[in-house]
Amino acid sequence: MQYEAVIGLEIHAQLLTESKMFCGCSTKFGSEPNSQTCPVCIGMPGVLPVMNRKALEYVIKTGLAVNCRIAPYSRFARKNYFYPDLPKGYQISQYELPLCECGFVEISVNGAVKTIGLTRIHLEEDAGKNIHEGASNYSLVDLNRAGTPLMEIVTEPDIRTPQEAVEFMKKLRAIVRCIEVCDGNMEQGSLRCDANVSVRPVGQKEFGTKTEIKNMNSFKFVEKALDYEIKRQIKVLNEGGRIIQETRLWDSNRGVTESMRSKEEAYDYRYFPDPDLVPVETDNAWIEQIRSQLVELPDSRKQRFVSQYSLPEHDADLLTSERATAEWFEQAVKPGCEPKAVSNWMMGELMRLLNEENRQIDECGLKPEQLAGLLKLIDNGTISGKIAKTVFEDMYKTGKDADLIVKEKGLLQVSDESEIKKVVDDILQKNPKEVERFRAGEEKLLGFFAGQIMKATKGQANPKIVNELLRKKLSL
Amino acid sequence: MHPFNFTIEQARAALDRGEITPVELTNKLFDRIEALENRIQSFITLDKEKALIQAGYAEDSIRRRIIQPLAGVPLAIKDNICTEGIRTSCSSKILENFIPPYDSTVTEKLKKQGCILLGKTNLDEFAMGSSTENSAFGPTKNPWDITRVPGGSSGGSAAAVAADLCIAALGSDTGGSIRQPAAFCGVVGLKPTYGRVSRYGLVAFASSLDQIGPITKSVKDSAILLNVISGPDPHDSTSAHLAVPDFTSVLGQEIKGMKFGVPKEYFIAGMDKEVEESVKHAIEKLESLGAVPVEISLPHTEYAVAAYYILATSEASSNLARYDGVKYGLRVESDELIDMYMKTREAGFGAEVKRRIILGTYTLSSGYYDAYYKKAQQVRTLVKQDFEKAFEKVDMIVTPTTPTAAFKAGEKTDDPLQMYLADIFTISVNLAGVPAISIPCGFTSQNLPVGLQIMGKHFDEETILKTAYAYEQATDWHMRKPEL
Repeated sequence: MQYEAVIGLEIHAQLLTESKMFCGCSTKFGSEPNSQTCPVCIGMPGVLPVMNRKALEYVIKTGLAVNCRIAPYSRFARKNYFYPDLPKGYQISQYELPLCECGFVEISVNGAVKTIGLTRIHLEEDAGKNIHEGASNYSLVDLNRAGTPLMEIVTEPDIRTPQEAVEFMKKLRAIVRCIEVCDGNMEQGSLRCDANVSVRPVGQKEFGTKTEIKNMNSFKFVEKALDYEIKRQIKVLNEGGRIIQETRLWDSNRGVTESMRSKEEAYDYRYFPDPDLVPVETDNAWIEQIRSQLVELPDSRKQRFVSQYSLPEHDADLLTSERATAEWFEQAVKPGCEPKAVSNWMMGELMRLLNEENRQIDECGLKPEQLAGLLKLIDNGTISGKIAKTVFEDMYKTGKDADLIVKEKGLLQVSDESEIKKVVDDILQKNPKEVERFRAGEEKLLGFFAGQIMKATKGQANPKIVNELLRKKLSL
Repeated sequence: MHPFNFTIEQARAALDRGEITPVELTNKLFDRIEALENRIQSFITLDKEKALIQAGYAEDSIRRRIIQPLAGVPLAIKDNICTEGIRTSCSSKILENFIPPYDSTVTEKLKKQGCILLGKTNLDEFAMGSSTENSAFGPTKNPWDITRVPGGSSGGSAAAVAADLCIAALGSDTGGSIRQPAAFCGVVGLKPTYGRVSRYGLVAFASSLDQIGPITKSVKDSAILLNVISGPDPHDSTSAHLAVPDFTSVLGQEIKGMKFGVPKEYFIAGMDKEVEESVKHAIEKLESLGAVPVEISLPHTEYAVAAYYILATSEASSNLARYDGVKYGLRVESDELIDMYMKTREAGFGAEVKRRIILGTYTLSSGYYDAYYKKAQQVRTLVKQDFEKAFEKVDMIVTPTTPTAAFKAGEKTDDPLQMYLADIFTISVNLAGVPAISIPCGFTSQNLPVGLQIMGKHFDEETILKTAYAYEQATDWHMRKPEL
């Protein structure tokens, strides 16, 4: 029997606020354990939460960026459960009446555009961290992260393949990074993803029994874990078995998902409205003010790159997936450079060098204006395209401008015909056999001669003139 | 007159005239506490050393004529209100050694006005109870008859004020916990409008109902304390963003022509005859002062107690989850996490607290939420609407504070339902969020105080204080003192 998978994602994104959700403590990552705590975020008796307005704004901003309806009236609820990293014994979250509902994100898979619906986006606080190290008979608790604002994004069960899930995650990551509400770092856990997965025979309307997959902290693991889980479920069904509704953990070392707890063992969170917080009312003026802060989103920027710069879809897609990359591109094009040439340099040489050092575009010393300077030198014939590659790498490594490097290293292109003529004559003289073969019809040897000449001139000879002279001399 | 008999007003006058110094007054009160406390047991923690330091500061500011409405006035604070550096136990073993690193907003405000903090008063554990018998530190006694309860949960504060062990006190009121003990002890207890006083630092029992308020020897003192503790607080999102009037400025104004409602649901069969008589006489007294009684109905009153015990316990089950042995307070060690939780909470909480946590956990459980919590919220809305409708016709509502005078110690400890009914007249006010005051309005033949409750509109404490003051000035019930 043919099966298809039905996947829905639940994404947790840590918001880039300076302070925590209900107190003034810093949200900085990696500080001394429990150094960023106060009576409020460690749940002392008698303390009360006070909402961080910035956190609300970031969620609304995200909602607007993914086409959600912003709730005019939203409420916070307590999710009750016991765990040492949860100081109050409940997490302040949202249950009924989330901040954002009914949005969508468009992804493209194998050239086709698909819409993934978003059920809701809500705001909640993060828990602390249990640390199990040292002696085996105790654990430590670090509450630095407790109370950090988290945004939960829930999709509709619209995803059908692991690839779609990854494309969706990539798109969502690009959006939250672009509007600067989350740094999107999956390894550090500031962007986390759980998935609800089920399979059903192709053509069947009803959903199969689902499992929830946790602990997929990279795009690669999302794809692998979902792939594994779908195959596992199909195998169970094919063998006449039945899927158990449960939570499963992705084990990246062994490449399998494993049962964590079944539905019967699932918690009853006893949600109820938090009486310590007043409901949030979002008036139009506030929403419009937030909307006005929205920058251009990856999708519309991509369309603009195609139409404004006549770039192929593929180039536009890559250049707009990160806001910093897109802005770098536009800076480089500004002085009047050919957009496709800029794109080629960025996607070729620049990405190669960045990848080698595992750096982001905004972390490298090379300025977009410097690439523009280099392109100008190629255009006006000062240097050859081949030399330009060396110059580019030098610029990237030293931060010096292209014309300075060309001057310092004496890389100016030679366009003086009489000078090149000497070299051409010399090369032809040294290779009489090849000259004969060429004249006998072996035309591809033209490249051989050109190569020898470029070598002799250390690449500085103007290739156009070299070619012209060669043809002239050889046709004699 | 002994200095320990002083009201805030009298103490301030004597201190300003230099007839007594804050240190002398503080010492007098500690002498009295030493003499009587073993019989009343109103305090859990006393801190004479800190109190005398504060008295020293107060002497200084009095000498320098710095105007502070509470300079040199010794107060007692209910032990569920956090005080920086002073143990705050909530009468629970689970917080037996908990010393808050921060002050509640109210104690911070009191300190800024120069008060002296004598100590922390006894209560029913986590404010759950109506007799101050549910305390891990033993019960408080009623100064009028030490075989009887002082009411609760602010029984320690009410008894300390009645026995002149402090000049005034703060309590907290979730379903009557200020007004009922005030009535049982013959003092003045005010529950302000929900949101009038910051809850920051009040250890939460039921967050949507809790409110801090004064327990005092006179209506004027109640207004003086309310002036100090009221106001919006950036630490409490539920505190009201409203300017605070000078509540003392309306005292002495006439109440002629004002309409007060008398709800028929508050004069029920089975109610104590002597209490009923006292309240009826009080109503006649108000009439004689020119106020006009209007018979009204609060039809959903009979459902209030049931709704209250669902909402309050639901919130409590969540509010008390933080006492898990992990961060502070009692921990009973175990090899397993779950076992540590269970042993800690088993040993740390008393029977009534456990009962309420279990009840609240049940009413919030999936499958029961709609039938209990949600239904109770709907009842709460109806109770609120009862008050809104009534206040379209009247300026205030007058009722007995309690159906009986103080009952015997141990009389209701085995019957939680009977105990819960002790709050039958006070609970609706918390559900509606309106303010109410209890003032002395008579005595039974056994010389036990009776309380009159006056309820007001949202944020209209002025009307009930004005009326209570007019009544107090026309009677002398508040002058009587228990023989100790």
